[in-house]
Amino acid sequence: MSDAAAGGRWSRRLVLALLLAPALLWLLTLIILPHADLAVLSFRERVAPREYAPSLAQYRTFFGEPLYWHVFVRTAFMSAIATLVTLLLAFPIAWIIAKLARGRMSALLFVVCLIPFWVSETVRTLGWMILLRESGVLPAILVHLGLTAQPVELLYHDATILVGLVYTSLLFMVVPLVGSLESLDNSLIEAAYDLGAKGWSILRTIVIPHAAPGITAGCIVVFMLTLGNYLTPTLLGGKNSLWFTEQIYTQFITRFNWEQGAAFGFLLLALSTAMVWLGLKLSGQRFSDVMRRV
Amino acid sequence: MIRRILTASLAPLLLAALPAHADALRIITWASYVPPEVIAQFKKETGIDVQVTLSNNEEMISKLRATGGAGFDLAQPSQDRIFGAQQEFRIYKPFDLSKVKLDEFVPELLEAVKKNATVEGRLYGLPYVWGTEGLIYNSTRTKVADYTDLCAPALKGRTAVRLKRPTLMAFALASGHDPFALYNDTKAYTALMQQVGRTLAACKGNFRFFYDNKDQLLNGVRSGEIWAAMMWDSGGWLLNRENPAIKFINPKSGAIAWMDTFALPARGRNDAAAYAWINFVMRPEVAALVAKSIGNFTASKGADKLMDPRVRAQFAESFPDGLKNIKWYPAIPPGLEEIEGEVLDKVKASD
Repeated sequence: MSDAAAGGRWSRRLVLALLLAPALLWLLTLIILPHADLAVLSFRERVAPREYAPSLAQYRTFFGEPLYWHVFVRTAFMSAIATLVTLLLAFPIAWIIAKLARGRMSALLFVVCLIPFWVSETVRTLGWMILLRESGVLPAILVHLGLTAQPVELLYHDATILVGLVYTSLLFMVVPLVGSLESLDNSLIEAAYDLGAKGWSILRTIVIPHAAPGITAGCIVVFMLTLGNYLTPTLLGGKNSLWFTEQIYTQFITRFNWEQGAAFGFLLLALSTAMVWLGLKLSGQRFSDVMRRV
Repeated sequence: MIRRILTASLAPLLLAALPAHADALRIITWASYVPPEVIAQFKKETGIDVQVTLSNNEEMISKLRATGGAGFDLAQPSQDRIFGAQQEFRIYKPFDLSKVKLDEFVPELLEAVKKNATVEGRLYGLPYVWGTEGLIYNSTRTKVADYTDLCAPALKGRTAVRLKRPTLMAFALASGHDPFALYNDTKAYTALMQQVGRTLAACKGNFRFFYDNKDQLLNGVRSGEIWAAMMWDSGGWLLNRENPAIKFINPKSGAIAWMDTFALPARGRNDAAAYAWINFVMRPEVAALVAKSIGNFTASKGADKLMDPRVRAQFAESFPDGLKNIKWYPAIPPGLEEIEGEVLDKVKASD
């Protein structure tokens, strides 16, 4: 082996290391180290001022106190519903963008989906609050149309939270769906029609199986975003929001109980991991295939 | 070559790591506690820049705890939140009273803070602003006299409180108990809090929302969605100036008085500026500017006379008996907030 070749290999490695360094540094310092610290925190208990002992008390509290796992299950359930609704809404949109619209029209539709994301999540959520509050736009329209005698309060309901969550996550479902639907060969559908298949069976036997990686990818992203969302459930849900991330915030910030907050954080991490695994198993997808679609 | 690339790419990082204003005074405080005109005047006199971070009691403690008391040079927690936080987290450093012009302070307020914010013989807080939390109501809609009146059936969906400890204290007082007397009796205190929690849970249909900040409530009252609520006096008087039909009153079981302080974060790096700032804002004419911005009285001895006469009149109307029926918060022993936290969680989760 010549020196030049060896030198070339070294510099290639160096370039590779340099290119990877920011990502690895990011992972190590902002993800792995804090998580390790939180894991340690979650397995200890305050026994006296500034004195802590190793313990499972934080996890016991979670399972012993119905309130916490009630909120936990509720958050998972509502996130699943939000994901499903997002999928049902996003599928026709993605279909139109991928199959029906042509050229500039398709790009335009895509931009229309993107526009709400030009403002921050806070502003979007506050926008919903202005629309839905009792003295807001929508209740006023309802009264004007004679549908309700008095303005009704549309905020602070579970349905309001769902509306906000679906609105926030729609784009993250549309993008992978468009990707997977675009690669579907139109002639397959035409052939199915020629052979006498009906719309529903075409959807079930051709379109959905083909789009499955995209659907799974979208569902995973939307579910995780929803589960970990803090702002939308807190602002739109008001006094009844009961979102698990809010419990974590409360433990950390208002109770000064980092140990409990850390335990809650890990339980949420375990939940989202379990749900993703379950989703992959149920849809028969492989994680690596799915992630390529995101 | 590679060294050149490395230097070029690392240089901006190093520059970013250097603080932009090495000698700025960093204050973590409440909204409108540090008015811009006071900052400008301070800068003119001393040449020191002031950076303000807005916060509340819990966030202040949590942020300082996360850094071990670094990141800020001056904090403004409530007087009852210093003792427990200091014992538990060691986030403050004691005052060197020789650097403070103590004769600028109202002696009674200084004594009150000394009683509550002294840890192991050293003082960790100095009084800044004080006020009360009571009730507001829109007199064209309803009338309330005590905290529990917020739960009257006629007010369904028309009231608001904060889902925080002051609300627990208020409802405990209205139920005829003195929560402050039970601070050191964990068992009795837990029982009282659980009872208050049940009252609040039963009343939840009356609350339109639990507000997190003053503006949220002000908007609710202005838009007519809220008819009665627990509120700070300054907010109540602000609404009263906009709409005389809205009144701030001292509830029958007593308004709860708070006092916010100056405290030095343990690892603040500009104590000199912090002391200069304290002595500066306690001057009567500067304190009067602060009082005008907040709408509350300050702990500066001479500033009372400079207070807006309208606010004085409002104070007299809200407190016809003066300060007789007002409950001051004693220092919170560590661990109390956990008991209250569980109760608050249950209220939030109730239907």
